[in-house]
Formats: sequence, C-alpha cells, structure tokens
Amino acid sequence: MSRPGSAAFDSLMAEVRPLAASACEKTPWEVRAFLPGADDRQEIAAALLDRGCRFASVFAEDRRAQERAYYLYDVVEHRDDHRYLVIRYRVAPEQPRFPSISLQAPAANWMERETQDWFGIEAEGHPNPRRVALHDHWPGVHPLLKDFPIDAVLPPLEGDPHIFRQTIGEGVFYVPVGPVHAGIIEPGHFHFAVAGEPVIYLQLRLFYTHKGVEKRFENLPLTHGVFLAESVSGDTSFGHGLAHCLALEHAAGIEAPPHARIGRVILLELERIYNHAADIGAIATDVGFVIANSHATRLREQMLRLNEELTGSRLLRGLLRPGGLRRPLDAARLAPFLEKLESFEREYRSLVRLIEDSDSTRDRLETTGTLPPAKAKDLGIVGVAGRASGQDLDVRRDHPFDGYQGLQPRVPVFSQGDVLHRMRVRSEEVLESLSLIRAAAAELPEGPSLSPLPEIAPGATALSAVEGWRGEILHWIRNGGNGRLDRCRIKDPSLNNWPAIVEAIQGNIIPDFPVINKSFNLSYSGTDR
Amino acid sequence: MLNILRQSLRTGLVTIGDPIGSFNPPPAWRGTPRFDFAAWRDARLAAAACPTGAITVLDSGASRTVKVDYGLCIFCGGCADACPEGAVRMARELEPPALRRGDLVLSAEYEINSNGVQTRLLSGPARGSASGSIEETGAAVRQAVHRILGRSLAIREVDAGSCNGCEVELHALNNPLYDLERFGIHFVASPRHADMLLVTGPVTRNLELALLKTWRATPDPKAVVAAGACGISGGIFGLNYAVRGAVDDVIPVDVYVPGCPPRPESLLYGILLAVGRLAPPREGLRTAAGQEE
Ligand code: SF4
Repeated sequence: MSRPGSAAFDSLMAEVRPLAASACEKTPWEVRAFLPGADDRQEIAAALLDRGCRFASVFAEDRRAQERAYYLYDVVEHRDDHRYLVIRYRVAPEQPRFPSISLQAPAANWMERETQDWFGIEAEGHPNPRRVALHDHWPGVHPLLKDFPIDAVLPPLEGDPHIFRQTIGEGVFYVPVGPVHAGIIEPGHFHFAVAGEPVIYLQLRLFYTHKGVEKRFENLPLTHGVFLAESVSGDTSFGHGLAHCLALEHAAGIEAPPHARIGRVILLELERIYNHAADIGAIATDVGFVIANSHATRLREQMLRLNEELTGSRLLRGLLRPGGLRRPLDAARLAPFLEKLESFEREYRSLVRLIEDSDSTRDRLETTGTLPPAKAKDLGIVGVAGRASGQDLDVRRDHPFDGYQGLQPRVPVFSQGDVLHRMRVRSEEVLESLSLIRAAAAELPEGPSLSPLPEIAPGATALSAVEGWRGEILHWIRNGGNGRLDRCRIKDPSLNNWPAIVEAIQGNIIPDFPVINKSFNLSYSGTDR
Repeated sequence: MLNILRQSLRTGLVTIGDPIGSFNPPPAWRGTPRFDFAAWRDARLAAAACPTGAITVLDSGASRTVKVDYGLCIFCGGCADACPEGAVRMARELEPPALRRGDLVLSAEYEINSNGVQTRLLSGPARGSASGSIEETGAAVRQAVHRILGRSLAIREVDAGSCNGCEVELHALNNPLYDLERFGIHFVASPRHADMLLVTGPVTRNLELALLKTWRATPDPKAVVAAGACGISGGIFGLNYAVRGAVDDVIPVDVYVPGCPPRPESLLYGILLAVGRLAPPREGLRTAAGQEE
C-alpha cells in the first residue's frame, strides 16, 4: 500500500510553526495534525495558502462525551502530495468558538457557516455569519450535536426561510425563482437582483432537500451505510458509494482485491460518461439546439443500459461493498460491453462535432457565464467547473485511489471559464474515460472481488477522496465501535462549487441563467444531504 | 443543417414500440425479491440484511409475524443473499405500482420453535411468490396504451427532497427511446397547467409547504403519483428531524410506484394507472425470459 509522492506536507509540517509543534500522525492517505486549540488557525491558514494549498473541506464533530471537546477539522489539499492534510483543532465546550478563516480562504465560507448551524460553535470573525444549512425559520437547534435526537420532531416552520440581503440602486428589482422549478430539476431558491436585463447580485437559498443524511449514518448499521451513501446524490451513486467504501477500507487498513480495484475504475468512469453526455445535451437544449439534446439523451440511455448489462443496475447501485465489489464483473459480459462502447464512441464523437460545428450554438456559449481562474482559485472551485477555469486538479491523478494508481489520466484544463469550456472539459473527459475503461478492462485480473472487512478499532478515523464526475468527493468517518459510525462527513463537490455560480452569473442576463446553471449542473441533494 | 439531417437519418428510429409490454431487462438485472412463505425457515436473517427495514419480524411467544413492505424496498437483493435455503429469490419481474399503500405490504404468520426457527406457516399473504402470466399483463398493457394514444396528460414533477435518482429515470422517460410525449403525456412547468403531480423523495421539512402549495395550485380533478421508495415511505433516509414523512403524510396519493429509483417502465405504468387508463395489475410485471439472476 505504498504511495509515492513528493511529500509536500512533510516539509510543510516542519516549516509552519504551529504545525511543527503539534502532534502528528501519518497514514498512506493522510497527514494528521492535532492542535490543542484553534488560536493559531489563521496563521496556519495563511502559511498554507502561501504554499499553494487548497481548503477542501471544513467540518466539526461532537466528542464532548468521550474527550470533553468539540473538534474542528480543516482538510487541506496540495497537488504535490498524494495525501491530504487533516488538521484537527480542539474547541473547548466552555468556549464553543474558533477563529474564522473565510476572509483569507473564501473556500471555507459556507462550510464554516454549516459548522455553526450543525454544532452551534461559532466562527468568530466570519464576514457573513448567517445561517446556510438550517433555514432561518428553524428553531435554534443543532442537529449534529450528540444530545440532539435524530427523531426530534420540530414545531411547524413559520415565517421566511431566508432573509435576503438588500440590493439598492435606481431601477433595481428582484426576481425570486423556486424552490419548485419549471422542469425536472431539484429544488432550491434563487434570488436575483437585476438592473434592467443584467443580473447584479444573485443570492442562493439551498438545503431545501436536507434530509439528515450525516446524522442518519450515525444510526445505521455499518453494513447498510453503503446504500445510504449511494443515495447522497442519485446521479453520483457510484462516486459516493465508492468514497464510503474507501473510507471504511482505510480505517480498517485494507485494500480491496485487485479485481475490485480495477473494476471500480470501469464503473466510476461509466458514471462520468452517462452524466457528461447528458449535460452536453442539456447545455445544447438551453440555447435552443434541441436535436443535439435528442441525440445526447439517446446516448445517455445507451450508457444506462450498458451500466445495467454490466452491473444489474442502471445507476450502478448495489454492487459496491466495503472491501470490494459484491460480485466480480463477468468476463463473458466484458467483450460485448467493450464493443458497444466502440459504437457509443463513434456516435458520441459525431454528437460533439454536431455541436461544435454549430456557429450559433458556439456563439451563445462562448464568454457566457465566465468564472475567471483567480476567482475559481479563491473560492476553491473543483472538478469540471474548476478545470474550465484553470484549476488543474483531479483526484484520480493527484491523489490516486484503487486502480487509478498507475493509470495516469489525462486532465483537460482551460482558462476561459465560460459555458463553452465547461462543456469542452466534459466532452474531452468522456473520451479519456473511454480509454481509461479500455485500459482497465485490458488489465482486469481474475480472482475474488471482495475481501472481508476486518473489525475497525473503535474511535478510528479515516478520510477518502474520489474524483466523481462533478469533482472531488470527500468522506470522513469516525468509527463508533457499536457497529455504527460515530460521525460521517460528506463533502460533495457541489458544496464547494455553488458560490461559483453566483460569480459566473454577474453581468449576464437572466435568460442565460438556465444554461449557465446547467453548465455547472450541481447536485442539490449532494449539497443539502 | 445538412449535417444535422444526416445525423438524424443515420440514427434512424430508436423509439421502443411498447415499453411496458416489451420490458426485457438484461440478464444481469437484479430483479425483485419474491418470497416462498411456506418454505421460509428464518426470516430474521433477511430482516437483518435489509438496509431499509422492508422486512420486519415480530415475535410473540411461539408465533411470529413477518412483514415485507415493497414500499420500503430498494431492490438490493440483500435478503436473497441472506437466505441460504432459497426461500427468498430475486425474480425477473417488476413489483407493479399499487393503488393503495397497504397493497405493497405482504404479511405472514408463523409458528416458531425455541430457536426462533419458523416451523409452520399459519397464514400467508393472498399474493404468492409466483403465479399469473406475463402474456395477460403484457396484452392488457398494450391495449391500454393503444387506447390512450392521442389523449393528453400534463404532469408537474415535484422533487420533495429526493436524492435525484428518480429524476434520472424521469428524464429517461423523455428520451427518444421511451418518448413519453407520443402517449400524449408531457411534463409541464406550472402546477396550474397540470392534471397530475408526480412526487419524488421523502418530503423534507423544508419542502413540505412547497409541496402543499403546489398541490393546492393544481386544478381539480388531479391525480398524485408517489414515486420511489422515499416518496412511498421515506425509504433509506427513514423518518428523522429533517424529514416530514412520506408523500401521503402531506397530500393524498393515488398511485405508489415502488423502486429505487423506479425504472422508466414502472414510472410509465404508474402514470397510466393513476389516470384510470390501466386496470390495476394482479401480479408482478414479468419479463419474457423467466430466469433468475
Ligand atoms: S431487496 Fe428489498 S427487501 Fe430485500 S434486502 Fe433489499 S431492500 Fe430489503
């Protein structure tokens, strides 16, 4: 289980003063630093940002009963280290607060506010400390505290779910949209302030689909967790399911058998392909090129059927197990599967050509909804949206897991940051996924698909990272020792990326919002959990 | 323009004639758990394996009540894996949509010995594990589908908190293979234009009001379809502080479509059933080849 890497975090741990003085632990996947208090958090953040680190996830846990403490975690990523740096700050229950780093690292903005909502510990100095996860008309509860029962019945909700900020100026008016939208789309509320046609300020009210998933994990037997993980975001069933399994495997100190590790590559790429193909079509529809969408939805259906032929499920559900795959991929099904993939590729290439050759379509997509690279970096934008805006990140390449160790995926990166290039990232990634699948299929070894998961030590923690089709998925778990998890933090890439839409829409007109939104295509359920 | 035409001609006709009647998933399809209640010795194993609590066991003295709720089932196959004696198997048929919530629940009474093993079936569900014929169901569906061609139905989809898996399959209904529009069925943007609400997801606290308002805004007469395990029962999410309940805890429901997510065929079936265009199914919707996984 050795993982090469230039070990950027090793030198960093020695150089950054408060980190050098802290207790440290290393695993093949993580560098862990334990700090006795959060006083130095801003100093550490500044040093990390200086060295090109990115804040990928911020969260907390309630360990008052066991260790008389809350813990606050910063999960930090650097391209030059295969591991993630997980910094744990102790927060005393008597003084439930920590210094905010959102001014330095806007990427932490929503996640610090989430932490306030879930745990009632305050992000001191946060530039916009209002609620983000709990709606404004919720009572003052903090659902992830251990003494908050999962089946608590809240009083009926009354009043406004969100008090929006005012946008003041001559001729400024508001356009509220949602939460129920005009299509088969997930629910969320968009509050536009417009001056004439251009949007000058967009505010988001999400978390409508919040359904207590992280809390639910604490109440579900370990063996059932994978099914809940597959339902974090249905279109990412495999990505989240895999992240869940990897976290348990890391905590148990095992790897899935070779067949499963390579097989998982095939399945994760299948998920990427069917979603990307659908998105390309949807982007075309939103600028009126409906025929292209017909072809795209047909290709997506082809892929859903291929998924089912290979795994028994159109959404690739039910095959993952902690420790591998429930059953091996059938070698006899692989050959016809690869043939069908060939014909998919031919049709897919001609679909992309069809769209790229349409001047009027390209014209509508170019320079629409631009997210400049500097903004993307500040906000910590990941995945497709990040790569279209110059963020050269991909977990498969930078922090390889399972069969990706040794595969070296090519990662398309553009600096334009507009709708057109978010589409191009997708269209190139599909081709790369196809060749990854072929490479994986060629080296898919025979043998068992499942290793038994050994007992995980009570209190053990683990982080896992997966490049889902939208981008970086992170799961962090602590084992409870009672056959349940004590904590399960789920970070869908959508959580990082929503603020990007707010930036990208500015100065664009409302009629372009659907195509801009579609070009990000973020998961509401993955965000809201 | 020429390219567009060329591409369309090359593609040809891809639409499936009758999605329900010609339902024939690939051999790898996991299928639906079916129970041989008379042969079942120990339902506790399946109950422990079931991630959603769709199988429950209640013992009192020397008797046991076993319940199977297809409204909670996510069709994972765990119960079949956990029953070595083969009393539970995954059959190549769809669990059909139901008009009443209770129709999705099977219940059996057993006598048990001191080890908790079921020794005698006292009473079993009216609906067995395998009977009825695919030809009948297929033919009924085909006829109904033809009868309704040309009439129109407007559906407003409401995501009341789903994981978006159901939405993946609802989108599929609109693709050129299923091509819902040819049945005169289309999804509309406003509840005021709708004859039917199709609701997915456990109803979250945050969407309860939106769902209720959407329902009120839909003119009468209207039908409501609750799609997927979550819409029917809360599914894998269970009832918790953030979930208000199943769809029928908030608004009246006409048809329940099991699945996680339901396949496009099931969704179509449920939609047609809800507007009284199909006779309620008697048995599982079978496939041409009756072999198991
Ligand atoms: S197939 Fe259904 S009943 Fe069987 S274990 Fe899975 S969810 Fe439970």
